[in-house]
Amino acid sequence: MRKLLFENLIRSPLTEGVPDPDRSMLAELATSLGRVARENLGRSLSIREIDAGSCNGCELEIHALSNAFYDIERFGLRFVASPRHADVLLVTGPVTRNMREALERTYNATPAPKWVVAVGDCASDGGCFAGSYAVVGGVSAVVPVDLHLAGCPPSPETLLKGLLALIEHSTHSFRSP
Amino acid sequence: MPSLIKALAGTALPHAHHPWPRRIVDVETWSALGGQLAEGRWTLAGLWGDAGAVHMALYDIGRDETDRSEMAVATLPCPTGQFPSIARHHAPAHRLERTISDLFGLEPVSAPDNRPWLDHGRWCVRHPLGTPTESSDQGSPYAFLTAEGEGLHQIAVGPVHAGIIEPGHFRFTANGETVVRLEERFGYAHKGVESLMAGASFERAAHFAARISGDSTVAYSISYSRAVEAALGIEVPVRAHWLRALMAELERIANHLGDIGSVCNDAAFALMHAHTGVLREHVLRQSNNCFGHRLMMDKVVPGGVTADLDRSGEDGVRALLPMIRKAFSQLVELYDETSSLQDRTVGTGTLSHTLALQYGCGGYVGRASGRSFDARRNLAYPPYDALRFDVPLFNEGDVNARVWVRIREVEQSLGLIDQIMAEMPPGEISVAVAQAKETREGMALVEGFRGDILCWLRLDPTGIIERCHLRDPSWFQWPVLEAAIEGNIVADFPLCNKSFNCSYSGHDL
Repeated sequence: MRKLLFENLIRSPLTEGVPDPDRSMLAELATSLGRVARENLGRSLSIREIDAGSCNGCELEIHALSNAFYDIERFGLRFVASPRHADVLLVTGPVTRNMREALERTYNATPAPKWVVAVGDCASDGGCFAGSYAVVGGVSAVVPVDLHLAGCPPSPETLLKGLLALIEHSTHSFRSP
Repeated sequence: MPSLIKALAGTALPHAHHPWPRRIVDVETWSALGGQLAEGRWTLAGLWGDAGAVHMALYDIGRDETDRSEMAVATLPCPTGQFPSIARHHAPAHRLERTISDLFGLEPVSAPDNRPWLDHGRWCVRHPLGTPTESSDQGSPYAFLTAEGEGLHQIAVGPVHAGIIEPGHFRFTANGETVVRLEERFGYAHKGVESLMAGASFERAAHFAARISGDSTVAYSISYSRAVEAALGIEVPVRAHWLRALMAELERIANHLGDIGSVCNDAAFALMHAHTGVLREHVLRQSNNCFGHRLMMDKVVPGGVTADLDRSGEDGVRALLPMIRKAFSQLVELYDETSSLQDRTVGTGTLSHTLALQYGCGGYVGRASGRSFDARRNLAYPPYDALRFDVPLFNEGDVNARVWVRIREVEQSLGLIDQIMAEMPPGEISVAVAQAKETREGMALVEGFRGDILCWLRLDPTGIIERCHLRDPSWFQWPVLEAAIEGNIVADFPLCNKSFNCSYSGHDL
């Protein structure tokens, strides 16, 4: 273990600046992050992830946000274990009828101000599962949604970009409790 | 395969069913098969409903490692809406029968457990795949099994968990820290996929097959595509087989890397998690570079594959292999030499060999408990019949053994990719899929990272799916997690659960 730790002391970090396609936009968002987030939220957003019936594809990419390349915590974004600790609910999947109540109750357990981000095509409108007897539809059919992130699944870059945009947005339009 | 077919002894079908036989059996034979399953003569590969009938896939695991398995399907028509319960003889059939009852309204007679399984009373409809009737959407209470004794308390976990995980409910009964009973309740991720597939063209249904369980999208697509191709008698180009295998092994490596790290993370050893996370990201990026999607979704379709490996992809894969080998061997050494980590994984969550055999546990769950089965070897499909690889086997059955199976499988998959890169033939990557102009049925068993994925389907003469059933390996792994956790402490559940890493969505469908 010593060897591994030592090697990593002398190696440059893997963490990437910002994803290529939106470098300018992200840089802009990242710069504004410090000012904006500190004013409102003590420079951090706590995220509670809810799988309302996804295929697990979105979860894999949300997990990837925590790896060394994306290192989501450097932006003050972190995943928390309880909706009681959360500012943001990151919801994936078409909302299944069997998950509807759990989603509502998790939303109600989250203190205001709060934001809901619907992740993936299914969360937008039910995706390819829309119309099934077992599916309610997109997340907005059950709880109010502030931001939709498209993709099947959305790439970590898309997720990161969206979450940074949310911080920007959150300063302009505080959702009432 | 004289023995299994002889045991079925039923009548043949009016239409083609490939590549393994399906026989229509009578009630006596059906019940007898249940008894033979209980004796361990066959392994249950699947049990599913259809319009007015139930099907059961069985295989013979083979006498030794070099022996090939035999597989067949038995069908029992249910004109009265009832069938003799298999679960009465053979416990692994429990949840499958409860599902048949929920979805089709067919009743397993004398079943020991007649509680609903996927139906939580919230669909506004009962028996959605059988004769649907309207119902209320209020939800119905669920009677958890009891455990009685002094000082016992219950802990309810889920369906919304603390981590970034799929939805499911775990009901623990504990005595202090020790788990006395764990009962799982699933169905939260039930999306009604099989009802959406029915009536869809086989091209459209491929889209659903790729989204049964996102982590196994490649394996599911291969299983589905092979079933369609078996039904229609399609021969895909050789290169397509090899490209499928390349994707399947990349998927296996990515998932195993993620799992090894996550198990260590749940044992509070974040260093491993950080390093395996980096390697996993490299694999996903290379997959994206090669095939245009990080998880390689929708790249395998009936008839072949939709993306070929170009020069940049070839170079990328060739560069990826030594990089992973070098970094991974250091991590394996780290895992092996960190006693605080071993302290958590060795002897934790032990699954007995007997249970692994009885349930026919596929993947690392079975192979960590001495059950030597791998669909790539036992029911070999191309190109694995032309590739050299070992199926790692451990006997301890604990969390540590499940980690080691994954470690060895990563190494085997790297070796397989070496061979694929060296020997992959040039040529076409797909072939047009023509309709058969008659009813056809096909099935496939494909080894995903988690275990064997069964696909069975019936196509009508115009290529529309009449019925498609996909059975996730988790069906035969989730139940034994309840047994493996018994006597362990509650705090070790995340570790045990991660070492199984069963699918919720794949199970709930």
